[in-house]
Amino acid sequence: MKVLVAVKRVIDYNVRIRVKADQTGVETSNVKMSMNPFDEIAVEEALRLREKGIASEVVIVSIGGQNVQETIRSGLALGADRGIHCETGQEMQPLAIAKILKKIIEKENPNLVILGKQAIDDDSNQTAQMLAALTNWPQGTFASKVVIENNEAIVTREVDGGLETIALKLPAIISTDLRLNEPRYASLPNIMKAKKKEIEVIPVNSLGLDAAPRFTTLKVEEPAKRQSGVKVANISELVQKLVHEAKVI
Amino acid sequence: MTILILAEHDHQNLKSATYATISAAQKIGGDIHVLVAGSKVQSVVTQTGKIAGIHKILVADHAAYEHLLAEDIADLTLSIAKEYEYILAPATAFGKNIAPRIAALLDVQQISDVMEILGQKTYKRPIYAGNAITTIQSSDVKQVLTIRATCFDQALKSETASPQIEIVQGKQAQSQSRFVSQELTVSVRPELTSAKVVISGGRGLQNGENFKLLEDLADRLGAAIGASRAAVDAGYVPNDYQVGQTGKVVAPDLYIAVGISGAIQHLAGMKDSKVIVAINKDEDAPIFQISDYYLVQDLFTAIPEFCQEIDKIRGNGNLGQHKA
Repeated sequence: MKVLVAVKRVIDYNVRIRVKADQTGVETSNVKMSMNPFDEIAVEEALRLREKGIASEVVIVSIGGQNVQETIRSGLALGADRGIHCETGQEMQPLAIAKILKKIIEKENPNLVILGKQAIDDDSNQTAQMLAALTNWPQGTFASKVVIENNEAIVTREVDGGLETIALKLPAIISTDLRLNEPRYASLPNIMKAKKKEIEVIPVNSLGLDAAPRFTTLKVEEPAKRQSGVKVANISELVQKLVHEAKVI
Repeated sequence: MTILILAEHDHQNLKSATYATISAAQKIGGDIHVLVAGSKVQSVVTQTGKIAGIHKILVADHAAYEHLLAEDIADLTLSIAKEYEYILAPATAFGKNIAPRIAALLDVQQISDVMEILGQKTYKRPIYAGNAITTIQSSDVKQVLTIRATCFDQALKSETASPQIEIVQGKQAQSQSRFVSQELTVSVRPELTSAKVVISGGRGLQNGENFKLLEDLADRLGAAIGASRAAVDAGYVPNDYQVGQTGKVVAPDLYIAVGISGAIQHLAGMKDSKVIVAINKDEDAPIFQISDYYLVQDLFTAIPEFCQEIDKIRGNGNLGQHKA
C-alpha cells in the first residue's frame, strides 16, 4: 500500500518568534526553518509502516516556493521514497492546501494519507479534516496509535478526557499527535542517498482549482505582557498574599 | 443573522466550553440556535434550555450520534447549515475534529481558536503557540469558527429561558468509520479546563509518585491537577494532564506551577490565568517572569508547608467557606 505524507516548512520550533515592527507578520528572514514537528511524526509513522511490510511506498508532498524542496529532501533523508513539490509563490490557507492535496491524491491513489495535526506557525489544525471532507474519506485525527489490519486503520485518538479508539475503512486520512512516535534522525548515508531521490514539481496553477485566500491578515502583534511578579520569601508570605492581596484562596 | 452552535457534551452534561461558545455567539449578535446531537441527550437538552439568550435548540437524538464521529456530525450539520451565517464550535478536541470538516464541505475557510470577535468578520486569534496574535478578516459568506473557551465568559443561566425545541431527523450512521472503545481518565477532581484552581507539576517532581504531594494541596484548594509536557513525556502522569499549546489551554483564577521551568509551549497553555504562582528551586526559572508571585524553594519542602499553612488559616476559620 502507498502512504502519502504531507509536510510543511515552518520556523524551527526552537526559534524565538519575533513580531515585525510594522505588525505585518513575524520575522522570517535569516531564521532557521525546519519540517513542522507534527509532520516529522507523520513521516516516521509512514516509515514504520513500510518497515513492518504494510506500506510499500512512502511519498512526501509539500506546497510552497522553491525552498520547500529542502523540507521534502529532509523527509527523503529520513527514508521516504520520493517527493512531490506543489509549487506556488502565493500564501496558501488550509482549505486551499486541502484542495491541492486532493488533486495529488487523485493522481497518486494512496491508501493512507498522514499529516501533522497542526502546523506550529499558524496553529490552524484543519488540513487533515478538510482533506477528509473533500475526498469523502474517514478521518482519524490527533492519533497516538495506528494499527493497520483487515483493510482498516485502527486509530487511537487523544481526546479531552483521555483516549478514544476508532476504526476507519481504508483509504483514510490520519493526523498525528505528539505521542504517536518519536521520529528518527537522518543518517549521513541516507542524507547522501536522498540527494538522488526524485522530487516531481507540479505548479499549483496547473491544477485548476480555486486556491485564493479567504481571509486577509490585518495585523500581527505581540501578546499582552504580564507584569513581572513579586518574589515572596516563604510559603507563609505567599499564602498571606493569595488570601489578602489576590483574594484567590 | 442566525448562528448555529455545535454543543459539546458527554451525554449527561453540557461542557463548559459550550457555555463560552454561546457567549461568543452573543458577541456576534443575532438569533442563536444550539444543535445538541447525540444519543439519549435529554438531560443535555434540559440544561441547554436554561441558558439565557438561546432562541432554538435543535435536537438530533439518534443512535448514530452516540460517539459523535466527525463523519456523521459533519453530515448532520450540513443538512441544516443552509440557513446559518455563522457556525460555531468550541476549540476543543471535539470542535477541532468536526468544524474543519464542516467548513470544507461548505467551501469555507474555517477560523480556528477565535480569542476575540471584532465585528465585520474580523477576529483575533493566536499563532506561533500564542507568541503572536493575529487579527484577520474573512471574506467567506458563511463563517465557521472554533472558539477558544478561556477567552470568553460563561453564558448566563436564566430561570425564565424558554427556547423553542425542534427535532432534527437523524440519519443512519455512515459505514466508513466506527467507534471501537474509549478510555477516559476517571478523576474525583474538577475538570482541568473549568477548574477555578489548577496545580501543575513539571519535571521537578522527579517521578509520578511525587504527584501525590500536589494531590494533598489540591485536596485543600479544590484544585485540578495538570502537568507540563516534560512531566507527561517523562511518563509521570497521563497525557490528558498536559497544559500547554499542544495540550489543554486553561485560565483558572489561580494557577500554581510547581517544579516547572516554563517552556514557551507550557506558558501558551496557562498564561491567561488570573493569578499565577510559581514555585521552583531554580532562581532563574523563566516561569518567574510571568508569575504574579514566585517562591525560590525546593518543592519537596514548599508543598508540605503550603498544606500546613492552609490548614493553619483554615483552623482560624478564615477560609471555611472554601473547604475542598
